[in-house]
Amino acid sequence: MKVKPVNHAKAAEEFIDDVAHESFHDERLWDLRQKRDEQMHILPEWQELRTRASQIKEHTLANLPEYLEQFEANAKKNGIHVHWAADGAEHNRIVGEILEKHGAKSLIKSKSMVTEECQMREYLEPRGVTVTETDLGERIQQLDNQMPSHIVVPAVHKLIPDVAKIFAEHYHTDPNDNSAQSLAWQQRLAARPVILSADAGMTGGNFVVAETGSFVVCTNEGNADLSATVPGLHIATIGIERLVPRMADMGVFIRLLSRSALGSPITQYTTHFRGPQKGSEMHVVLVDNGRSHRLGMQDFWTSLKCIRCGACMNTCPVYRRSGGLSYGAVYSGPIGAIIDPTFNERKYSTLPFASTMNGSCTNVCPVKINIHEQLYKWRRVLAEHHELPFVKREIMHMAGKLMGQPKLYRAAINGTEVALSTMPRFVLYNWLNPWGKHRELPHPVKTTFNSWYKKNRLNKQKEGEKA
Amino acid sequence: MKIGLFIPCYIDAFYPNAGVATLELLEKLGQDVEYPMEQTCCGQPMANSGCNRDAASAEALFVKLFAKYDAIVMPSGSCTHHVRDNFDAIPQTDEVRHVRENTFELVEFLHDVLKVDNFPWAEFPHKVGLHNSCGTLRALRTASMSELGEPFFSKPMDLLSKVKGISFAHPKRPDECCGFGGTFSVTEEAVSAKMGVDKVTDHHNAGAEYIVSADTSCMMHQQGCAERAGVPIRFIHIAEILNGARE
Ligand code: SF4
Repeated sequence: MKVKPVNHAKAAEEFIDDVAHESFHDERLWDLRQKRDEQMHILPEWQELRTRASQIKEHTLANLPEYLEQFEANAKKNGIHVHWAADGAEHNRIVGEILEKHGAKSLIKSKSMVTEECQMREYLEPRGVTVTETDLGERIQQLDNQMPSHIVVPAVHKLIPDVAKIFAEHYHTDPNDNSAQSLAWQQRLAARPVILSADAGMTGGNFVVAETGSFVVCTNEGNADLSATVPGLHIATIGIERLVPRMADMGVFIRLLSRSALGSPITQYTTHFRGPQKGSEMHVVLVDNGRSHRLGMQDFWTSLKCIRCGACMNTCPVYRRSGGLSYGAVYSGPIGAIIDPTFNERKYSTLPFASTMNGSCTNVCPVKINIHEQLYKWRRVLAEHHELPFVKREIMHMAGKLMGQPKLYRAAINGTEVALSTMPRFVLYNWLNPWGKHRELPHPVKTTFNSWYKKNRLNKQKEGEKA
Repeated sequence: MKIGLFIPCYIDAFYPNAGVATLELLEKLGQDVEYPMEQTCCGQPMANSGCNRDAASAEALFVKLFAKYDAIVMPSGSCTHHVRDNFDAIPQTDEVRHVRENTFELVEFLHDVLKVDNFPWAEFPHKVGLHNSCGTLRALRTASMSELGEPFFSKPMDLLSKVKGISFAHPKRPDECCGFGGTFSVTEEAVSAKMGVDKVTDHHNAGAEYIVSADTSCMMHQQGCAERAGVPIRFIHIAEILNGARE
């Protein structure tokens, strides 16, 4: 069966129709973008930091196998078990086996996009393992059975009453509770016992340091630290692109990450994990899942520099208005639109078109990924692989032919003009339905520029020549 | 210097006044301008939709008509961006390179090439909101970009400030995209229109009577949004103000 492409436009329209949610979403994320700007202005070396971060990432990706091996060797010396997962299935199997060996039935985890990518929860739960998210936003999404809609603020598309309703359903709290503090407290009450009795904990990893065989986890709630330390078994699931060569590089990234993401100077918790505590075990699962394939893609490999700060999403005017879930993918927003098609070209073929290519994303990206240029390149690739809707392809093909033939083109333009002034409004709006749905059409004019020129310049010129 | 004038399709069909103003302005500034009658399109719509190969015949025709000019000037940032940065559906001959290197958006041409420092004939006693299209802002760099935190500069504003009586309104999100985006305006109609309404509302709230821009496509979209949503604001191409329009 052929996969159907995600209908971003339709999902976005539904999101926009819900005025309260849409305007909150837009304002909230724009606020983050402005906070980010303030932080940028405080640091005169901001652009240098971006350049440096970009160079470090490019260098690492160009020498990825060596750095991965270096990390593995050093991590093992530190007493960490290192595993390699070629794809999501292998990742899930590895995690399942570790849990089974320890007889672990409950897993607490802090937010990790890689496990979403691998659909780990769907794998573990039928095997008798309960998985509990400890990040507040992620927990809300888990209870509501939705994917995270943003990589940093997973439930940003929800309003307080939405959360109150979900908590009332699952925690039997007051459905009319309108206080963020009290809802967060309810989550704390519900989560603490689960955390304290968990058999295993899982985190992601924001950065992996080859030189020291360690990894760094950044959160604002401290939940990763609980997940990592309380149960005595810590599994960290990390994409292979998360590597940096040296501990000295961390300063660059730590300074950029939270400033770009939320406009705060640093995350509340920035924890370096160098090895297991006494009496506990630490595992790192390094996940490929299409990354080495992407590394080989000439136009798209630099997308692997991404440090998942979400700044491109916050600044993206399309993302802010359409909501993350409309992308129908684990990764949404501008970065999602360039990496999702590497997972499935057909399914995500619409995403590179869910952009005006205004380029703001490229400007905010702390590692200088040329996001909007990659969107442009994806469109070409998708058109060449016949992943455009038939109608669009045909229209462009016909338009292309027309544009090469001045006489036909002229006839068509003049035809448009006549059509606009004489066709009844309803026919016109039907024909140009998508344009006319929320917009008026351009006003008809008496003459095209071309006819004006012919009359006012060419004729005069000829008359002049005759005289 | 012999200038070839390119008038994009939507200006030709819907905003001929912007085209006329561009031509008259260049003439007032003493330029020798010609408009090749056979012109159609720069190829951008096809290329932008991914169908780059379908842009080839438009690009070939463009080069055929414009290669003989010293400079090609057009009142459109996004078309200039296409020619300069993405015009590669055809083999890159010397002629093609000449065309790509010598194509200018009107504002840059006035500001950087002609270095015009006054428009004695121009007077526009109104409060205007400047809309920099993303093509002129981020691709042609005609103004500073808020994301980069660079010192403020704006070529269109430099030119406009030389017009008597004009004043500026400052919207809250100065370089947010208006949502036109070529075929995006049709394929993602809902998002596009919402962005357009937000944009014109921002300008209106800042006290703008007019939105002025170097890009007619963005204005066509914004005008459509404003009219439907009932936002009372008018639109004018920058060439018309600089050419002395008095509304
Ligand atoms: S692409 Fe850049 S801006 Fe977007 S999430 Fe990744 S690092 Fe941040």
